[in-house]
Amino acid sequence: MTDLPLHGAMPEARPARSILDLDPRTRARNRAEARFRAYGLGALLVGLFFLVLLLGSILLNGLSAFTQTRIQLPVELLESELDPQGTRDPAVIGETSSLGYGDLIEAAMVQAVAAAGVPTAIEPGDLEDILSPGAGAQIREAVLRDPSLIGQTVTFDLLASSRVDGYVKGRVTRESLANDRNLRPEHLDIVDAMREAGTIERGFNADFITGADASERRPEEAGMGVAMIGSLYTMLVVLALSLPIGVAASIYLEEFAPKNRFTDLIEVNIANLAAVPSIVYGILGLAVFIQFMGLPQSAPLVGGLVLTLLTLPTIIIATRASLKAVPPSIRDAALGVGASKMQSVFHHVLPLAIPGIMTGTIIGMAHALGETAPLLLIGMVGFVASNYPNGALDGFTSPNSAMPAQIYEWAKRADPAFYERAWGGIVILLVFLLLMNLAAVLVRRRFERRW
Amino acid sequence: MNDMRPIERATALDDTKISAKGVNVHYGAAHALKDVSVDIGDRLVTAFIGPSGCGKSTFLRCLNRMNDTIPSARVTGRIEIDGQDIYDRRVDPVQLRAKVGMVFQKPNPFPKSIYDNVAYGPKIHGLARSRADLDVIVEKALRRAALWTEAKDRLQSPGTGLSGGQQQRLCIARAVATEPEVLLMDEPCSALDPIATAQVEELIDELRQSYSVVIVTHSMQQAARVSQRTAFFHLGNLVEYGETGQIFTNPRDPRTESYISGRIG
Repeated sequence: MTDLPLHGAMPEARPARSILDLDPRTRARNRAEARFRAYGLGALLVGLFFLVLLLGSILLNGLSAFTQTRIQLPVELLESELDPQGTRDPAVIGETSSLGYGDLIEAAMVQAVAAAGVPTAIEPGDLEDILSPGAGAQIREAVLRDPSLIGQTVTFDLLASSRVDGYVKGRVTRESLANDRNLRPEHLDIVDAMREAGTIERGFNADFITGADASERRPEEAGMGVAMIGSLYTMLVVLALSLPIGVAASIYLEEFAPKNRFTDLIEVNIANLAAVPSIVYGILGLAVFIQFMGLPQSAPLVGGLVLTLLTLPTIIIATRASLKAVPPSIRDAALGVGASKMQSVFHHVLPLAIPGIMTGTIIGMAHALGETAPLLLIGMVGFVASNYPNGALDGFTSPNSAMPAQIYEWAKRADPAFYERAWGGIVILLVFLLLMNLAAVLVRRRFERRW
Repeated sequence: MNDMRPIERATALDDTKISAKGVNVHYGAAHALKDVSVDIGDRLVTAFIGPSGCGKSTFLRCLNRMNDTIPSARVTGRIEIDGQDIYDRRVDPVQLRAKVGMVFQKPNPFPKSIYDNVAYGPKIHGLARSRADLDVIVEKALRRAALWTEAKDRLQSPGTGLSGGQQQRLCIARAVATEPEVLLMDEPCSALDPIATAQVEELIDELRQSYSVVIVTHSMQQAARVSQRTAFFHLGNLVEYGETGQIFTNPRDPRTESYISGRIG
């Protein structure tokens, strides 16, 4: 029996050919395949090239933020200036503002320059431009901590000004100072001599990782620490809200909801929400959480709420996909022995879906951690965080920034020293994102290995 | 080999366990099962045979209301177990399924240990008062499923690590552990090799002592080997139902004869 028509044109029989020589069609197919492989490899190489370029430029620009130039300066803490009555009472000493330490610093700088043996034309009052404007505050804090220092000559490890720091790092040159009113080339002669003497040194900058943001005039003091705390609190809110809500919604939609128009509509909307620009969530947060509900501005709590809205669709989509991936035979098996729907979901389906849910959650959180636009609209940006929060709970409501917003803030400030810090901030942010992605991979491995 | 030779078996015909009257099943617009009426005896093996898509699995899934999980399925008619309508509004399908166990076509052990697979049903139905009780139930179920000697030293190893035939016997152990009255088997041997099939068939014959077993099978030899009664389904109709010996040696309906002699299907 055959299905071939008995009449009509039959195709020509294939010519007999040895399998040892290739016919033209095979050769053409092989060439097409080789070409396609080359394109694929090429695309991969282009992608890798850009990745290396990106990481290379980030590290090249950012790593210098992790070092800082400091000056060892012996300062004579004159009792006549700081505590004329000799009370050593912090309340009395505290009356001298950080500006009041200016004369002491000036005298110390004159001495230091003399010790370095550089004849200079700079007025004694301008010598302290080598130091950070925050040097006075730094000395004042040390004195308030330990009033017994008064009357002694103490060697302080003071921050150099951002121009001196830039000169040591190679960013600032004598030529570039021609148009710069902050420092004169003559200052650099002093810096060179002090570097030779070993009193100006470039060292690791722990303050960049732990410190707070600083004002426009003091880029050398600015750090990521407080913004990291802001990000941490924001992420806590995101995790605490989006994981239970997202997982519960997905389980309901995937396992319990009737399939009708209404649930179809919800499904389409969730898919669309994942594609909504993040700034839309920001303006929604501003309108609803701050203006309508009266929550505080710039607070990590509000940031967390907004980023929860942003993360939810990601988590729901990932959770539903991993619930769908659990074979239906497992559900049948559970129902077949008389488990209820809920028992079958919680005893059998959910445990199998957990690796997917965890991975989706971590990826969603990593996405939220790097999100900037919605934070701009709720005020989690700008010079809002100069101090750590006062307590564990205070961290949710006290004004703060977040890592990407802090980077944005630095990048838009005028002083080139902040530009370097923006790159450094990106390095820190990338380290966090890499760690989270690594955690996602590990979680997946850990849970999948069980059987 | 003469597996087609039906075995003469003494059967008590009056002892009805399940009684179906005028059962119709629709999947959306498709009419999958047309007016099926059948009486299934207690402590007997009843085989459903027929070509693919003839409705035999659909009917089997009506018997423990597994069709409830398919949103488009609609079941009408009356199915009684011991005289009680299982589609009554007061019946909770979850409770029904504890009474009517099911073994599926593909072995589907939970990705848990052998022990937990068998203990799951008794646990959720509260059949064991203590851990020792549970141990006894698990051992009994595994012995019944002829898996005890192979599994007793590896109760804590994953059930998914067993061979296909062992997995299917594990699924049978899991089903009998809840002490059902009826055991439904949907092509339980289609994924097994001949040796594992022989083991499972032997097992089915033993299970007949305690349960009413209903088995859907593609293999007519298997139906002839294990069952006392056979029902032949074709295109959603129950064509013929009777003693297995009579169906295979002296079918009344020409369609049955064509099917068992290999001319249709």
